[in-house]
Amino acid sequence: MENTLGSTPSSHWALPRLSARWWPVFLRNWLVWKKLAVPSLVGNIAEPLMWLVAFGYGMGALVGQVTITTPQGAVAVPYILFLASGSICMSAMNAASFEALYSAFSRMHVQKTWDGIMNAPVSLDDVVLAEMLWAGFKALFSVTAIMLVMLALGISHSPKLLLAWPVLLGVGITFSCIALVFNALAKGYDFFTYYFTLFLTPMMFLSGVFFPREQLPGVVRAISDWLPLTNAVELVRPLFMDQWPEQAWLHAGVLLVYTVAAFWLALGLTRKRFGK
Amino acid sequence: MPRNALAIKAQLGVVSQIDTLDPDFSCAENLLVYGRYFGMRAADIRARIPQLLEFAALAHKADAKPGELSGGMKRRLSLARALVNDPRLLMLDEPTTGLDPQARHLMWERLQQLLQQGKSILLTTHFMDEAERLCTRLLVLDHGRKIAEGRPRELIAQHLEPDVVEVYGQGALALARDNAHAGLRALAARVEVSGETVFFYTAQARPLLAALGDHTQLRTLHRPANLEDLFLKLTGRQIREEG
Repeated sequence: MENTLGSTPSSHWALPRLSARWWPVFLRNWLVWKKLAVPSLVGNIAEPLMWLVAFGYGMGALVGQVTITTPQGAVAVPYILFLASGSICMSAMNAASFEALYSAFSRMHVQKTWDGIMNAPVSLDDVVLAEMLWAGFKALFSVTAIMLVMLALGISHSPKLLLAWPVLLGVGITFSCIALVFNALAKGYDFFTYYFTLFLTPMMFLSGVFFPREQLPGVVRAISDWLPLTNAVELVRPLFMDQWPEQAWLHAGVLLVYTVAAFWLALGLTRKRFGK
Repeated sequence: MPRNALAIKAQLGVVSQIDTLDPDFSCAENLLVYGRYFGMRAADIRARIPQLLEFAALAHKADAKPGELSGGMKRRLSLARALVNDPRLLMLDEPTTGLDPQARHLMWERLQQLLQQGKSILLTTHFMDEAERLCTRLLVLDHGRKIAEGRPRELIAQHLEPDVVEVYGQGALALARDNAHAGLRALAARVEVSGETVFFYTAQARPLLAALGDHTQLRTLHRPANLEDLFLKLTGRQIREEG
């Protein structure tokens, strides 16, 4: 239809043209989710808590303390704290990824919700922005619930958790941008299985969530340095231990580069998919 | 995309062929959420919802979700949703495809109402009956190219003889082919065969019908020429799989 209106084909890779029109789209997702919030809450926090209880208390009893290197030198921390601070990053990653893959794909491809929205004066760029922020919000929601449980369990009482909270929102946004790249490429839900098994699951094991990265062979560790989840864990874990992250700006910068690059790529690929 | 596409869309109402209703929202919520995409205030949308549902004959379904609606109700909800911004132009893509006769007639009635209110409607359809009822200006498109344009009745008068006699039954095809029936064929301006049916196009049906009366084993249907005849004349009767 656009071509018949006398347009010139613009590049898929042009800069994002964003406006405040993302808000009603975000609000739409919020209103749907509100109807399903309780079962969604259970699903979102039950699994990470099971990991925490099974591994943290079970393995923790065997492992006891884990030694990690900090600016103040080697520090021994209880395994449960080590695991909690890593797995909360994993939860942010998983919550954002599920939302920006399965749920966004349902809205984009299965229900054609996006097509309906774009018949109104809302551009594709704003729809993608709304989905990205929404998946970030979902991550924040999961993270908040898990954090409250961790506080209740007395795993960490660090006042710096208040800072970990917005950092984890950022982590959610990073992973939602990356997931939207794969959403734009997907032909069906099956495609996402590859993303989870070939990308997210290996990353979980390489990013120091379950064990210190010092255990990894040199080459693997060098790769691990540049994984988004590694940088998230490096930022969040010290905050759980009431310390300041080492090279915080480097880690934040890596996450920012992933976020910006992935959003631009996701937007370009989605524009291409919709022929805009 | 044109630079002012969003400004244009603000004045448009679109009903796509495939429903894009939100399955998780009730009818009323669907309208509310959709109105927000136009930047409307929630209070203003809420004030419009009762009359929109009334127009769509869905006042009793305000709290029902699309999954609980029939095909005709869903289409009417899509129509109501397209009207939420009080558009100047309404665009409908095959608005009655797949609907039963009652639902189709209700849709037509509502579209007539909108026309009387002064709304412009641009619609695509495969139902020539629908085009003939609703359209004041018709474009016949074939493979994306315009092959005829005008008012439906005028187009028919311009391209076709006013009467059609369809003949089918034992020996119908012989009428169109055998030399013995050349005299009968001469009573029609044009003869077409499609499958087992012969179509006689004529300005004077009476003598033709009288002559056909001799063939008692045949069944005949005499009717005025319509848009469907026009469309088939212009585009051919063959099934076109590649289309």
